[in-house]
Formats: sequence, structure tokens, C-alpha cells
Amino acid sequence: MNRFTFVDCTTVAEALDHLKQGSVAKAGGIDLLDLMKDGIVSPSTLVNIRRVKELHGIETSEQGLSLGPLTTLSELAAHPLIQKTYTALSDAASHAATPQIRNMATVGGNLMQRQRCWYFRSSEYNCLRKGGSECFAQKGENQYHAIMDNEICAMVHPSSTAVPLMAFGAQVELTSKKGKRTVPLNEFYIRPEESLLDETVVKSDELITRILVPAPAAGTRSAYQKYGEKESFDWPLADAGVVLVMNGNICRSASIVMGVAAPTPLHAKAAEVILAGKTIDEATARAAGKAAVDSATPLEQNGYKVQLFHTVVYRTILLASGQLKRDPSAVGGMA
Amino acid sequence: MENEELELQQEKSPEQGKTGKDAPVHVPHKKDAHANPAAPPNKPASEAKRTDSFLYGIPQLGLTRVERQVPLNEPPPMPANADLKYLGKPTPRYDGVAKVTGAGKYTADVNLPGMLYARMVGAGVPHARVLAIDTTAAERYPGVRAVHVIQHVLGNAELRDPSKETPSRYPIVRYMGQPMAAVAATSQAAADEAAALVKVQYDPMGFVVDRDAARATDATLVYPGPADQGGTAGGGGGPANVPQVGNVHGPERKNVGDVARGFAESDVVVEGEYYTQVQTHSALETHGVVADWKADELTVYASTQGTSSVRNELSEIFKLPKSKVRVITEYMGGGFGAKFGAGNEGVVAVELSRKAKAPVRLMLDRREEHIASNRPDSHQKLKIGAKRNGTLTAIQLTSYGTAGVGTGAGTAGPATNMYKCPNLLTEEYDVFINAGPGAAFRAPGHPQGCFALEQAIDELAEKLDLDPLEFRGRIDDSPARKVERQIILEKTDWRNRHRAGADPGPIKRGIGLSQSVWYRFVNLNSSCEVRISKDGSVELMSAVQDIGGGTKTMLAQVVAEEFGIPPQSVVIRIGDTRYPIGPDSGGSVTTGSISPAARNAAHQAKQHLLAAIAPSLGVAPDQLEFKDGRVSVASDPSRSYSLRQAAAKMPTDEISARATRVPDYTRDKITYGGVDYVELAVDTETGRVHVERVLGVHDCGRPMNPLGVISQINGGILQGISYALFEQRIMDRGKGYMLNADLENYKILGAREVPQIDVILIENYIAQSSTDAAGIGESAGIIALAAAIGNAFYNATGVRMRRLPMTPARVLAALGKTDQEMHA
Repeated sequence: MNRFTFVDCTTVAEALDHLKQGSVAKAGGIDLLDLMKDGIVSPSTLVNIRRVKELHGIETSEQGLSLGPLTTLSELAAHPLIQKTYTALSDAASHAATPQIRNMATVGGNLMQRQRCWYFRSSEYNCLRKGGSECFAQKGENQYHAIMDNEICAMVHPSSTAVPLMAFGAQVELTSKKGKRTVPLNEFYIRPEESLLDETVVKSDELITRILVPAPAAGTRSAYQKYGEKESFDWPLADAGVVLVMNGNICRSASIVMGVAAPTPLHAKAAEVILAGKTIDEATARAAGKAAVDSATPLEQNGYKVQLFHTVVYRTILLASGQLKRDPSAVGGMA
Repeated sequence: MENEELELQQEKSPEQGKTGKDAPVHVPHKKDAHANPAAPPNKPASEAKRTDSFLYGIPQLGLTRVERQVPLNEPPPMPANADLKYLGKPTPRYDGVAKVTGAGKYTADVNLPGMLYARMVGAGVPHARVLAIDTTAAERYPGVRAVHVIQHVLGNAELRDPSKETPSRYPIVRYMGQPMAAVAATSQAAADEAAALVKVQYDPMGFVVDRDAARATDATLVYPGPADQGGTAGGGGGPANVPQVGNVHGPERKNVGDVARGFAESDVVVEGEYYTQVQTHSALETHGVVADWKADELTVYASTQGTSSVRNELSEIFKLPKSKVRVITEYMGGGFGAKFGAGNEGVVAVELSRKAKAPVRLMLDRREEHIASNRPDSHQKLKIGAKRNGTLTAIQLTSYGTAGVGTGAGTAGPATNMYKCPNLLTEEYDVFINAGPGAAFRAPGHPQGCFALEQAIDELAEKLDLDPLEFRGRIDDSPARKVERQIILEKTDWRNRHRAGADPGPIKRGIGLSQSVWYRFVNLNSSCEVRISKDGSVELMSAVQDIGGGTKTMLAQVVAEEFGIPPQSVVIRIGDTRYPIGPDSGGSVTTGSISPAARNAAHQAKQHLLAAIAPSLGVAPDQLEFKDGRVSVASDPSRSYSLRQAAAKMPTDEISARATRVPDYTRDKITYGGVDYVELAVDTETGRVHVERVLGVHDCGRPMNPLGVISQINGGILQGISYALFEQRIMDRGKGYMLNADLENYKILGAREVPQIDVILIENYIAQSSTDAAGIGESAGIIALAAAIGNAFYNATGVRMRRLPMTPARVLAALGKTDQEMHA
């Protein structure tokens, strides 16, 4: 690990003073410290924002949720209103990583974590993302890699909370010394076609100061599901967040987001179109699941993820609509 | 054949016994010079014997008695567990509190005054000649006290004819991460940073990290000629002097009867190919030592399963008399077969300590740990023939497996030793690749072999229209497994299981089982001293280490039983070569080897005590009896003394006795086993397999501490599930780099993957030693679980899983849900 300066801040203004090229904001430090220990990033300054009070806290109002970016995943998961009204978000927060990590990891950090790819995360490989000239995953060991949007770089973004937040139409408030701006989460992540060196729109002098989730329309129901090889402490092979606005049994509109399918969380637009105006039943859900993966372009070893996304989308739709029983006691999540 | 087996069973530990080509058991091969056949010291061959009558058999089948000739100073035969006070009773771990509170000091906790910290430098390429190693920058780094360049790498196979390779100043690099050099510094950070400054100039060669690719006739050669793995003290290695073509080393062939005739006589044949993965040992505590070189003695704190094997190897390498090498292992954080001998890290730490004139701690990091050792993979072709009446006519197994740059990937143990079959042909090949060396790993070869054998037996049962459990009854001679199968029938819903794939819907449940086989090995390098002090306190000393199975607790129970005092009051001091020699913990030998020595030493110390105090009581020693913790005069029961009162009458402050393991009373071939039953669910749309319940029914001679035995079986079952479903080494074929050498991407089961586990132990009295104990480490579930899960998977889905681990990728491929076949 490189040597670095550690700056402990207690206010946003103080943190912004230190945020510049070469410095990195540290919240829970979960992903950042791994990246530093593995020699993937070497910031000269760590700006510790964990003790910045104004970045903590969950506020609820008629407009929706306003999340301090330092809200931990445990706090998100335990919040009664989020459980009731933003079920997909609480499910995602409660299924990430391990209980110990969820106690430290923040929602802001969860959004800001870097993508997963063992070539990217090993200092042995100078991949495209690190200024190299090759994506090693394309012809290498790619069983955990992207099945969509993967022609240039096949990393996957593993943020569990980005999936439901994007499905709920969340926005991210960014603050720099120049002022504030608000970016829809839909536009927060940068696809490899646009840039290989930037993964989010966040500039080096900016800090996430709020995550805003609009109040759901009447009749909204949501769910999130994640499949890994293991249930304890594992990265998702496929996950999906589904937000349905229902009128009785009829789906007025659907917002479906898939995680770890691509280098960024991705709306399953074809699936959303299928559900709009339909009665949700197993047949429509399965049709939507199939549509969600129609455009998949799997690599040599990850064709199985197509089946996984088909399944996770259709089952999460049924879960959201209440047609698949939520049974937390079922062994292995298997009803 | 019989003689080979007897020699193995009686006079060598499995890791120290080189099996001859006809040896009927498969154990790690060993051919180094310092494995001495352990003739018991001070005992003439024609020792006088007496005849005793011993308990024999399994309670469920009816206990009988047998007569045995035993040495004169053996203690009297031990009664059944039901008639004992401390042995056979569930006893909490002697040092459990120390372990969970952190009071127990593991090797990584050892902190000596002036101690330095070391880091090794691993090869950055998978195959190369090393042109130069420049340590200048590392030596100049602040805090660095010593740098050592490795001259000889342990663990790799060696060329039979070294002239096949141009001489090289440095060892040839044959796998990425191969230890090259090491740095000792005043802090771990300084050592890590300085190690990164060691510059190695390579002349790279082609490489191969894929077993199938390595078998091709035009494959890149890992070795330019035939090579054999010498094995470290106690582990790894395969057959020497078998043919080698390219990277393919073997076969080791075993032929009984005539399989062609056997298949011709059969009514039904099953044939299948099975693939298993490389599993890394992944002990929680990585390999490591603290080495302290002093002029009068080398002291090494080692995370090892063999204090004596470390001492022997260091003594040989550093040309030190064994009397000047001391090895200490007070607490041990997991070995599983990978921690015998000094290891590269041990040798390097001693070199650094000698150079720096200071103690040096060297613990492998997690990446190095994953690369240091593994269970080889396998590609097995298995064919079995049977007659309609359910008797086997022929078994033929061909296996190819890679132990990386080593050998020892054979899988024929179960096929050879589980069932009766007149015709058998097994051919085992090792395939060299440019990856870290294989090592002994909990029941070497057996989880792989069972995965094939026990699924094939189920297939055969289906073809014969027999219940798989009933079919096993016809072909299996083991009385223990007979009882175990009966218990499974009684305790489970086996008889009502549905036909394969009967569940409607995407989530399908199934049940299945598998048997396991392991062997009785005894290591005669097993001695204990028991000491009684004048205050009545009792202690036991032995160099034997507690690999984690609870050896300390078991020894306390043995001594407690003999003296009639509570186990907690017995002080157990083990894991130090200054004490009487102990066996290496490998092959499940520890309890069966050391407990008779402990009992005999306690018994003899007791006799010495009686003899010493008899004069002061005015009686002859044979007038005194020691029972229930009291010394009494036989003719006058009113004269009875507690141990404390009796010891106070000792003429000296201390009385002690030392005993060494005597050979088993007979030379019978003895195996252990177990039957593991699994209930699981398969999600056919996600490919996830969830084990919901396991019932393990196991035998290990006399269970000494049922709590400890069950704990080991719980661990074996969990390791077995983890092997079956999750664990696999993933090598980048493009660069030869292990991509998942961490605990994030190398997946080991966690809390949510733990099913309900029930374990039932049976007692199996074999009348072989003064305790009749045996080990459980190997046959504790790891052997059978993958096969049992495979059979349950078939019952759930109607599809055979022939590849491990059963990840969503492989399961969905097997179920036809994706057209990609996973690389394995």
C-alpha cells in the first residue's frame, strides 16, 4: 500500500477543501482500502468524511426519501418506512456482503465502489481501465463478467443499492466548492463506450451530499432479488430491482433494473414495455424475463448468466406483485 | 500384497510410509531419507507376552470377546465406554476458552524480543530461467536486516536426470508465485515494501496451466524429462519411477484378476467420466513460523501438524543435530495435510534468522497460502460391471489429475478398497502443469474417487432395479457400514424417497447418500511421559501437536480415566519437541497412536507410585489397588487414601513413567468408514444447490471424546459441502496467474450454506491397543459429501452431476439450460 496523508473532516466544507486531484473521500473504506492494498489506487490523501454529521441520516417527507450518503446499509435495511414503501431498497441493503460489512459500508460508498473484474483488481494486469490496451476478460476467464454492453470492457458494477435506487428514479446530489448539482442515477454511471477511465460523473472535487428518492406513486410495489454462488458473503451473479405501479392487478408502469449484467446497472427496457398495461401473472413475468435478456451477448464462459437474469427478472416481478411468496425463512431463499 | 500392507499399517505413518505398487491403500507417498521405520526403542523383538480377553465388535451387532497376546506391561483391557467414567463421555474442549478469548497463542501471535518480520518474494512468471536476482534495493531499504535468495525450492518435483536441463544458478521457475527470495525487516510493512524491490530478471519459457492442454502431445513441457516429487516430510508426492511421456507421469497401475473377463461375465455395466476441481487447503491460519537461531539451539515456533517432521527436516537441511532443534506448536490454526515439514517458509525464516541474528516471523499471506498447496483435480473414467444378483464382477478406473508441479493426484483408493470385486484395474496418471504443488489434503484422493465411485454405484443400482442402500449391503463387507446403513434407514425417510426428478416446479428436492472408507494407520513414534508430583498433581508431556481435533482434551481424559480424577485437573503439555516424541497428525493417526502411549504411561506411573509408597504403608505393592481416584489396601478397605494423600507419602518429589506406542495387537487389515445422507434442493432455474440436511453415521474404533469426534465430523461435512458446491482454484490460462487467490473469490461455504447436521457415532471395538482408539479426521464427511450430494442431485433432477464444484454455471449446463460447458 502507498503512503498517504489522512485528513479527518467534520464538515462538508472542510472535506471539500481537501478534495482535489490525487485525494479520495473515504467513508466506510470497504472498497477503497481493498483497492489500495491491492495496489489498484494510490491516493496521496484520504479525506475521511465518516464523522461529517450532515452527511448522515435518513429524512422522509411527502417528496420522498433524502438519504445522507453516510447512511450505513444496516441502517437502510432496518428503517421501517423504507421496508414498507421502498421494499426493494431495504431488501438490497440487507442482502449485500456480510452483517459486519453492512455495519460499516455506506450507501454513498456502495454507489461509488469500483466495478468487479479480477483482471482490473489485480495489479498483475494493466487492463483498459488502467490505461492498458487490452481487456483480458474478453478471451480470458470470464464466468463472472458482463453479458451485456460488454464489447469493450466486461466488468460488472456490483452495487446492490444502485439497482433499486435506479429503479425508483433516485437522484444524486453532488457538491463541490463551485456549488451543487443533481444527477439522475440513470446518468450517474458512465458506460465504457463513453469513457474507460471515468466510471461515474463524480468529479475529483465533488462529494455526494444527498441521495434523493422520489415518493412512489400510489399503488407502487417493489422487490429486489440477488443470486450468488453462495448466499453468505458473495458477489451477485445476477440481481434485479423491480418497481411496479399497480392498479389492481394491472401494471400501469414498470421500472426494472439489472445489476452485474453490464459494466453499469441497466434498465431492462424491453421487459418494462412488456409489463406496461398488462395483468401480472407468471406468463407475463416470464415473457418480461425473457425480453430482459434478449439482447445479451454472453462471453465464452458466462452464458449461464443469461438464464440467471431471465429467472431473477421474472421472479422479482412476481415477488413485487405479490404472486411469489416472500418467505425469509425458506431454506436458501427457495420457497 | 498382504506384506506390503502390513508393513504400512504397522510400522509407518501413512505420510511416512511409501506404499509399494501393490499396496492396497492409497496414501501420500513418501520416500525421503529421514522417515525412519519406527522400531519401538528398548524393546526386544521376542518380548514376553500374556494373553488377555478383550471386548470386540459393534454393540448393534452384539459385542463378543477375543483373546490377544499383549506385552507384559500393557495395562489391563479397557472396558466398554458405558463402563468408563471419563472416556467416551462428551467432554468440552480443554483449551476452548483460551482459543475463543485469544489467550491461546498461535504461531502468528508469537512475539519475541527483537523479532523481525519477513516477506517472501514470489516468481512473477509461470515458467522461466532466472538470469539474475538483484537484492541491492531491498537491502538498502530502511529497516531491512537480512535478505535471502532461495537456492532450493521444496515441494516441486525433481528431474530424475538433472542433466536434461541446462544448469542454472537459481531454481527454475515452474509456477507463478514460486518462492524466490525473502526479506526480514523491523516491521511487516518494511518487509513487504522491501520484498517488492527485489528485482528478478527472467528468461521466460512457455507454460501450461490447463490439465487437458498439458496432456496434449505438443504441450509445453513443465519438466524437460521424467520428474518425481520427493514429498516434504510427511506429505505430497506420488509414485516414483513410473513412465512419463510429456507432462503425463504414470500410470501407477494396479491389477487384480482380469477385468476383461469380469466385464464379459457381467449382466450390467455402467461407465462414466467425472471431473473434480483443484481445492486449496485455505487453513484459517496460514503457513508460517517464528525462527530463532541461536548458537546452542534453533527454536522454531511452527504452524505445523508435525513438530517432529519440522525438526527432522530443519535438522537435515541445516546440518544440525536433532538435539539442537526445538519445534513448538502450542496452538494450531488448521493444517488439513498441507503443513508437514519445514516448508519453504520455514527454511527461509531460519536462514533469515541466522543472517540477521534475530528471531524472524514469517507468515504466508493469503495469496501465498492459496498457492502453497492444494488437493489435485481429477478426470476419471470409471467402469463397473455387475451381475443381476447384485455382485460386482469388475471395476476399471483410469484417472488423470494435476498436482501442479508435483505429483500425487491418484484417486483409486475408494474403488480399490470399498467393495468386494474379484477383478480390478486402476491406472492413475499425474499431469504436470505450471501451478503450485499438490499436497496431502484430508483423505488424499478419496473425495475425488468417491465422487465417481459412489455415483456409479447408484447408477448401477438403478440399472439392477435395486435400492442403492440394499445394493451396497450386498457388495460391502464392512460390519460398521452395515450398522451405519441400518441407522440411516431408521432415522430418515429413505424408504419413501420419490423417483428421480419427480418434483413438479422449478425447485426440486432430492435425497442421496454415499459411503466412505479410510484405513487404520499407526505411528509408533508416539511417546508420552506422565508425571506425578508430591502434591498429587498429574501432568502429561508429549511432542504431539493438537492439529485442532482436540488432542489435548482426549489426552486429559485418558490420564483422568486411569487415575480416577477429573480431566480438568490433569495438565497437558504438548506440541514441543523437548517432550517425548509424538506422531505427525496426518492420515487420522493421532488419537489411535498417542492415546495408548498416554494410557500406558499413566498406568505405569501409577504402578511406580504404588511401589514407592507401599513401604511407608507397611504393605507389599501388590497389596495396593488404585481405583476411583483412591489408593486402598486390598486386605483392609478402611485404609484408603486420595491421590493427594497417597502422593504425599512419596519418598521423592516426583515420580514419572514414559511409554511408547507398541504395535497393534494383531496385524488385521482394518478400515473405517461412515455413511453420509443428504437432503437438498436444486433450483433448476438458477442452478443453485442448497443442502438442507445431512445425517452422518460414522465409526472410529472407540470414540474417546464423542463431542470432539462429532465436532470433527461437523467440520468434515462442511468442508465436503464446500468442496462439492463452491471451492475451486481458477487459473488464468493467458498468464498462468491464480485469479482467485483470496477469500472473496475463492469461495468457502458460510453460515447460510450450513444445513441441519446430525451425527451418530457407533462404537467399534477392535481389540488392537490399550485404548482401542482411532482417528476420524479423514473419514469425517469430506470423503462422502460430494458423492452424496451428487446422488441427491440425481434424485432431485434425474440428471447426473459429473463435474465439481456444482456452481450455477455447471448445474445449468448439466440441466441443458445453457449450451456452454464449463471449463473444469
